[in-house]
Amino acid sequence: MSLLDINNVTITFGGLTAIDDLNFHVDEGEIVSVIGPNGAGKTTFFNLITGLSTPDSGEILLDGESLIGLDPNEITARGVGRTFQNVRLFPQMTILENVMVAQHCRTNQKVLGPIFRTKAYKEEEALIRKNAEEVLGFFGTRLTGYRLNQPAFVLSYANRRRLEIARAMATQPRLLMLDEPVAGMNPMETAELTELIGKLRSEWGFTIVIIEHDMRLVRDVSDRVVVLDHGETIAQGSYEHVSTHPDVIEAYLGRSAGDK
Amino acid sequence: MSTRSATDIDPKHSVSVGLIAGISIIFMGLVGLAVGLNERILIDPILSLGYLFLLAVPLGAGYIAANETVLEGMQAPEKGTRDIVAGALAGLAGGAMVGLFLILLDTVDLSEKMPAWGDRLLDMLSFNQGVGGGVVVAALVGTVLGALGGAIHVLKDEPRRVIKIVIISVLSFAILEAIVDDVLGEIGLKPVAKFLYSKSGGLSVLPAILVGIVALGFAIGFKGKGDELKTRYDTMEEAERKQVNKYALIAVVVAAVVLPMLLGKIVNELLANVGLFVLLALGLNIVVGRAGILDIGYVAFFAVGAYGMAVLTTPEAPWRINDTLVHDIFGWLPVLPWLVALPIVVVMTGFVGLLIGTPVIRMRGDYLAIVTLGFGEIIRLLFLSDWLSPTLGGSQGIRNIPGVNVGVTEINGTKPQYVFYLVAVFVAIAIYISHQMETSRIGRAWMAIREDEPVAEAMGINTVTTKLIAFVTGAVLASFSGAIFAAKVGSTFPNSFLLLVSIIILVVVIVGGMGNIPGVILGAVVLIGILGGPKQPGLLAEFSQFKLLIYGALLVFMMLKKPEGLLPNAARTRELHIDEALQDAWLKGDKPSSEDEVATA
Ligand SMILES: Nc1ncnc2c1ncn2[C@@H]1O[C@H](COP(=O)(O)OP(=O)(O)OP(=O)(O)O)[C@@H](O)[C@H]1O
Ligand SMILES: [Mg+2]
Repeated sequence: MSLLDINNVTITFGGLTAIDDLNFHVDEGEIVSVIGPNGAGKTTFFNLITGLSTPDSGEILLDGESLIGLDPNEITARGVGRTFQNVRLFPQMTILENVMVAQHCRTNQKVLGPIFRTKAYKEEEALIRKNAEEVLGFFGTRLTGYRLNQPAFVLSYANRRRLEIARAMATQPRLLMLDEPVAGMNPMETAELTELIGKLRSEWGFTIVIIEHDMRLVRDVSDRVVVLDHGETIAQGSYEHVSTHPDVIEAYLGRSAGDK
Repeated sequence: MSTRSATDIDPKHSVSVGLIAGISIIFMGLVGLAVGLNERILIDPILSLGYLFLLAVPLGAGYIAANETVLEGMQAPEKGTRDIVAGALAGLAGGAMVGLFLILLDTVDLSEKMPAWGDRLLDMLSFNQGVGGGVVVAALVGTVLGALGGAIHVLKDEPRRVIKIVIISVLSFAILEAIVDDVLGEIGLKPVAKFLYSKSGGLSVLPAILVGIVALGFAIGFKGKGDELKTRYDTMEEAERKQVNKYALIAVVVAAVVLPMLLGKIVNELLANVGLFVLLALGLNIVVGRAGILDIGYVAFFAVGAYGMAVLTTPEAPWRINDTLVHDIFGWLPVLPWLVALPIVVVMTGFVGLLIGTPVIRMRGDYLAIVTLGFGEIIRLLFLSDWLSPTLGGSQGIRNIPGVNVGVTEINGTKPQYVFYLVAVFVAIAIYISHQMETSRIGRAWMAIREDEPVAEAMGINTVTTKLIAFVTGAVLASFSGAIFAAKVGSTFPNSFLLLVSIIILVVVIVGGMGNIPGVILGAVVLIGILGGPKQPGLLAEFSQFKLLIYGALLVFMMLKKPEGLLPNAARTRELHIDEALQDAWLKGDKPSSEDEVATA
């Protein structure tokens, strides 16, 4: 059984079918890239899995259990972590707080703990802090040290993207979904992140789905590439297979008028 | 660059500012504010509260008229005679308008329509010079004050700071008369108090000047010392800072214990009221300031706390006397002492919070505000209703609520000093709870929700539960206040829990500084202490009927000029002034440190 199974999922917005009868699966430990031209439905696909949108029909199974109808926080608690294409950090919270707050669903101290400063509360806070520093340390010194207590909005663009990943890691997911993680990064930063994505699997044990337009990254990290266009899978397989597939080339370069 | 000529002004702008100032003065006159506040003398015999309000208008107008917006990249215009002329022109326009009004006041009689219309207003606006003299004096005073207002721009920062401190010090001494008088009397310095304050109230002229001089000395002598201390505190070692905090805490506790001993009944009563509102404001601060839930029905929890306490502790409570269903079911319940009843009241209010919160919390923004407002009113109307009147007393309320028996004495409204102590204890508890919650897992989740609710949810935060916790915590803090209120006043009526109370608490939180505990406390102390609560008088009791006008004006002013409040929460300030904050961070050299960031910044 795969970790994530998507069967015949469709969603329409008004008249627009953003995802059309889609089938998809990710095996435990795989890195799968989802590519496709702008407006192909990639982000919508992420939103469906994370519960931000609900499909009109079809099923979404994580480890055999349906995610449909669950609230986004419940889905996160089941082990799906994500980043956002348009970077949505909590800008006024500090870098440390951004990552601490993401462990919410893995912790449970409520009111009495903090008020009576119980042992359990203190231990949990210490653990949250330790985990937070650990995920931030994944990016070297970029998000640590004096940065810990700076508000997130002072970060550079690339660092915001890194913090988004750190925040998703802090939710302790099994399935990590990255929406265009290197968009806006320069080649050097992209190369660095490419390497880190490999480590996310080898060292942290995440199964990963990446949406990305940067083909070099897609080539370097993916076990399998799925190409979406108009909400449908038009090709999938190895990078080499997909990159030479005529339908894919057509989707990216546009159809000639005669084919329509 | 050549010097600017004094005529380099925008006369149209100045005059229109002046006319608005004139209208403001006439408005204050016609609503009765000027004459009403004239009763309160601040500096005997030269300045009353009424005149302070009137005279502040042309001063402000002069300042505004001379103000020039400096756009980015533009050189700041040179300051000089030009500002004084612009200010004077505005003042003159305002003064002339008041002059015209004086003539009207003298020739037409509208006193039937407007009670404030009459000789007293004329005397006040004309400085007792009659119409003819009044017109001249109004124009003159307007011009001079306008020029002074304009001259503020000419002053350098340093003298401006000093003058500000001097004025604030003198006014504070005048406003705090009741407190200073009590304290001096109690520590055997009655003669000093006699010297400071005149018989008819207000600082006498000579002491006012002395206070000014002393303040001047302090302002110059301690220049920059405040910042110095702050930097020293900020750079302290953790252990050392803890030590300092401990001493500060001890000092605050000692002050809270000793000060009330030196104060008379009236001032202690006032302090107790301030404390009750501090409690409410701290509670609402969690709800609005932290979790971002705009609750306009917050008074409901205050009411439930008060009624809960009244019901449980009053021997002659209506439900015990009347033959009702409640009596049949709970008749066996003994009359509880306050301390025993309190946990029950807290749980009860928390439960009501849960009940109201559950349906409401899923709504957003304006809808939530309206619905909470509705619930607030529903609770009050329930207390008022005929249906529940055999149980809760209807409009008659519940009377003869006993005080708080603490063994050695019974704390009730006749001993405001002890009420204050009781309130202070609960304020301390509320501060502790607020602080602990804010820095905890739930507190962080509140912040995340306030910043971006959908993302917070996607990051695993159960927004409904988390917001409910804020709502219920707020309700519990309000119940403390309500429980003490019931014991203090000795009676509860539905009319003590009007919508107005919710609004005033909200204003206190906004003006003080949303999301910041010290800010909220400061807001309650300043607003409730000086202006007074919905029904409670403040230090300037003369405000009573104009209180709402001033609350409203203050709210508008704060929203326009300082939306983050008097003592803002750091994060909230950044939120409201994000561009400036970014710029500051950039200027401070907080630039990206590694090469790759420069490339993408
Ligand atoms: N909430 C929504 N309401 C209406 N239309 C939507 C909504 N979300 C997505 N769409 C539409 O669905 C289509 C797919 O959008 P989506 O954001 O998933 O594309 P994408 O593949 O992520 O594109 P990009 O590469 O530009 O990020 C687009 O036409 C978009 O306008
Ligand atoms: Mg997208």
